[in-house]
Amino acid sequence: MTTTTETYRPPPLPSLFATTTPPPTLLTQGAEAHLYKTVFLDASTPAALKIRPSKPYRHPILDRRLTRQRVLHEARCLVKLIREGVNVPAVLAMDWEGQNGESGQGGSWILMEWIDGAPVRVALERWEAWLAKNKGLAEQNTPQYQEGTTRVRDLLRRVGQTVGALHKAGVIHGDLTTSNLMLRPWKADAEVALEAGECPSVDGDIVLIDFGLAGQSASDEDRAVDLYVLERAFGSTHPRTEPLFPEVLQGYRESYKGAAGALKKLEEVRMRGRKRSMLG
Amino acid sequence: MASLETLHISHLPASLPVHVALYRDVQNAPFLRQQLLSGNKDFEYALIDASVVFSRTHALVAVFRAVNDYLNNRLKSRNVHSEIVFSLSPANNIADSFRKFGLTDSTKDLLIIKVSLTPDITHESVEAHLQEHIQGTPVPFDDEILSTIRDVAKIKKVYKLGSLPSSTTKEANGTLSDGDRQLEKCLLGAIALRGAT
Ligand SMILES: Nc1ncnc2c1ncn2[C@@H]1O[C@H](COP(=O)(O)OP(=O)(O)OP(=O)(O)O)[C@@H](O)[C@H]1O
Ligand SMILES: [Mg+2]
Repeated sequence: MTTTTETYRPPPLPSLFATTTPPPTLLTQGAEAHLYKTVFLDASTPAALKIRPSKPYRHPILDRRLTRQRVLHEARCLVKLIREGVNVPAVLAMDWEGQNGESGQGGSWILMEWIDGAPVRVALERWEAWLAKNKGLAEQNTPQYQEGTTRVRDLLRRVGQTVGALHKAGVIHGDLTTSNLMLRPWKADAEVALEAGECPSVDGDIVLIDFGLAGQSASDEDRAVDLYVLERAFGSTHPRTEPLFPEVLQGYRESYKGAAGALKKLEEVRMRGRKRSMLG
Repeated sequence: MASLETLHISHLPASLPVHVALYRDVQNAPFLRQQLLSGNKDFEYALIDASVVFSRTHALVAVFRAVNDYLNNRLKSRNVHSEIVFSLSPANNIADSFRKFGLTDSTKDLLIIKVSLTPDITHESVEAHLQEHIQGTPVPFDDEILSTIRDVAKIKKVYKLGSLPSSTTKEANGTLSDGDRQLEKCLLGAIALRGAT
């Protein structure tokens, strides 16, 4: 094993963005995608640029086909969902060909509407940090604690409703975690003047992002797996909030007709999951 | 006074400024169309029937797509200007896109777009040429004016978005209502995805 102290250098940007000033800011690099903040049409309209760089170790033709498929797939889901009125970022422009001039550095990209918010993960982390710091308030069940819990319950309801709207539109997300749910707008710590003991706000709309693994399906099984993935994500990422997870399911239940079937299936999916983890 | 606007669209090369002008009550549409049909190089513009332009963003997104396709050598039509008209279309049929989005003999409101592909095409040269040849009233290219020109029913039909809830509220000073914003997002998505297989 080698360790390196060099700072990470992302692959070169697709040629269209290589000369953009100021250059797009790298926000995250996942296994498959790089996410940049940049602008669209004019300097005052922010936009998210999602690039799937080509993988040098893959055969070029296969590589191009794979990145093209995933980028197209993600864009198609987003466009369909915008039409259906589900809260997701709009597709502003894209290039699925992945050509990149002479450099040979392929990469397909989507320019998306910028969601001015923060992942629900961050909102819940802030809430859990508040809980940890204010143990006494929780134990005495003070009004501040009750207020905070009510707000978080409400947030979870909205999460459930948004997932319900997604499923109602016939789309399965495929990677439902609290990082792929955004809360908009978001007030940074500095902006929330926390009076002594007052809990942080979690108001706002839920916006779904990251449709790289999404698919079209209306089956109870697929919907249940989506919910199960989210439930597990809560368990591992937000242990203090997990007891409130039923609020998500309640919001989901109320959001569309077919919800009951998916929720019933969820019980089966949980059982299977438990058996599998017992087998190791 | 002609109100020709010269824009630098983010990410597009600085060497390719885009000139845009909007005219109302155009009197010589048949003449202009004749120039297009005869391939008169002096009239190499994107000549768009403004009634099917929903907003400023709608038009500029088509320019963005056409110029990106131009830079990647994959124009489907004759040049970047015809490609801008084609890029407004959600479908792959080029002739059909010209019929739906391009200037016709009966066009009254006209959006004109010119990309400076060579340095001799300047704001001044385009302005002078338009002033000489367009018989119409120049107006600012903005959402407030476009909202009085556009035919939303026609736009929805061309983009097959008839089922979209129509906006009932009309917002003041040209800002888009929620329904308008959703429709605009659908238009942008359709433009971006055109030709995807
Ligand atoms: N439209 C957007 N507006 C604002 N921020 C965004 C937007 N899209 C993504 N982000 C931010 O970038 C992060 C990564 O984006 P995303 O989840 O789409 O990529 P990824 O997880 O790397 O992709 P994939 O799982 O498809 O490989 C998000 O968690 C979010 O913080
Ligand atoms: Mg993600």
